[in-house]
Amino acid sequence: MSPFRGLFLRLIAKPIARVMTGADVLGSGKLPLVGPAIVVANHNSHIDTLLLLSVFPARMLHKVRPVAAADYFLTNPAISWFSRRMVGITPVSRGVARGEDVLAPAKAALARGDILVIFPEGTRGQAGDMAPLKAGVARLAEAFPDAPTVPVWIQGAGRVLPKGAIVPVPMNCCVVVGEPVAWTGERGSYMAALRERLDALRAEAPPLKWS
Amino acid sequence: MPAFLHPVIDKISAPLFWGLAATLALLLIGTVVAVVLPMLRPAKDWTNLRQRVASWWVMIALVAAALVAGWGALTILFAGVSFLALKEFLSLAPTQREDRLVILFAYLSVPIAYGLVAVNSYGVYLVAIPVWFFITTPFLMVLAGQTKGFLARVGMFNWGVVTCVYNLGVIALLMRVPPAEAPQAGPAGLVFFLLFATEANDVLQYVCGRLFGRRKILPSVSPNKTWGGFLGGWIGTGLLIFFLAPVFTPLPFWPSLLLAVLLPLGGFAGDVTMSAIKRDIGVKDTSRLIPGHGGVLDRVDSLTFTAPLYFHILAYYAHLTY
Repeated sequence: MSPFRGLFLRLIAKPIARVMTGADVLGSGKLPLVGPAIVVANHNSHIDTLLLLSVFPARMLHKVRPVAAADYFLTNPAISWFSRRMVGITPVSRGVARGEDVLAPAKAALARGDILVIFPEGTRGQAGDMAPLKAGVARLAEAFPDAPTVPVWIQGAGRVLPKGAIVPVPMNCCVVVGEPVAWTGERGSYMAALRERLDALRAEAPPLKWS
Repeated sequence: MPAFLHPVIDKISAPLFWGLAATLALLLIGTVVAVVLPMLRPAKDWTNLRQRVASWWVMIALVAAALVAGWGALTILFAGVSFLALKEFLSLAPTQREDRLVILFAYLSVPIAYGLVAVNSYGVYLVAIPVWFFITTPFLMVLAGQTKGFLARVGMFNWGVVTCVYNLGVIALLMRVPPAEAPQAGPAGLVFFLLFATEANDVLQYVCGRLFGRRKILPSVSPNKTWGGFLGGWIGTGLLIFFLAPVFTPLPFWPSLLLAVLLPLGGFAGDVTMSAIKRDIGVKDTSRLIPGHGGVLDRVDSLTFTAPLYFHILAYYAHLTY
């Protein structure tokens, strides 16, 4: 990891996430501390990535890799540099020709023992909503059956910076970490278990949402 | 008295020095209790008591350092407290996407109010939020084009900003009192006395409630509050204020008595009012920022009522003496 990424995450990203969102974590003991592991979260805001990076202990941040859309984050050179060097994303292409393995960079990261952060909705939905989950995460779990999948519900980030908004508004958020889901041996049941676990975490989350 | 303490006492006044020393002594007693009780009864879970005392150390250290450092430090500290309390309030309040502009504007009240403290603009401070913020908020909501639950939401934003910013900001404003008008213990002594009396009332109410509390006082709002706790806190804090007011404030006999009667009532009222709001929203604590206590707003709920009460009694009698 570039030393600048470490400094950026500790001295800029973490304080911003703290001031903007409070960065409260329920069940922080359940966060994976060794890779390979997959963290799966709902996605309503760009704040989600900063928030998740800020809840991991500083000493293992170099292992944490958010998976992000190549078509969105890698087109503009400045945003691309920032996303790859500072945030440390693992790019995934959305909508490419058949035959190409779009998950190759993600698989390489897991093979290195990294902790992948994945938003399987594939895009930011409306605040508080969870869109259907895309099955790419199941292909990763299938390829790395021993890597635990840790479900995380992020409550309230959609209010801080909803899709389409430019100015963030400080609002407390809560990150609820759940028990890991093991690879079930089959994609359908694995995705169903994941969805069920995320819905359960959402029900547990404190009432930090738009009415 | 060791010689090295003389410059400290000269800087912060003898009453404030002894007040801080007494606070430290109480904190040490609390720490001993938090260490000894778990040894005597190891079966019970003492995590909350331990966290509570540890958090008191941090909070008291921050406030004491700011009181010694002067008005600038205390203004920054309470601007932070107001921001965190307001963030907790706005995060729990039933807001909508259309309210984002008004919410940003509500946060703007923090730098404005504390900026007015920094430039020592007492007259403008008094009207900035109750007049200017009050009329601008509903207009911004009109600009956002939302009319659903309009009056209730206007009231919600105004309530949050008045309690979290306007009412707490007067604590920083007290630090700007000219030292000649508070010769007993200086402006920092005035602030210390308010914070000490308010927190003493919170603690005494809690302790008396545990010791003699039987009949519930407001069962539908705050089921843990009892008549025993309320009266014990009122009498104990009242006596404390009555006897210590001449040490810390310029208040004469009758105003001291008035303060002794009203401040504990104000603390109780602030506490249960915030309880009513939390009950309405369906939460027990406003956040988990302060281990053992809950959120910032949980800690300062009584202060949002006692601070303006104390400030305006002082201001009224200061005005009379001119």
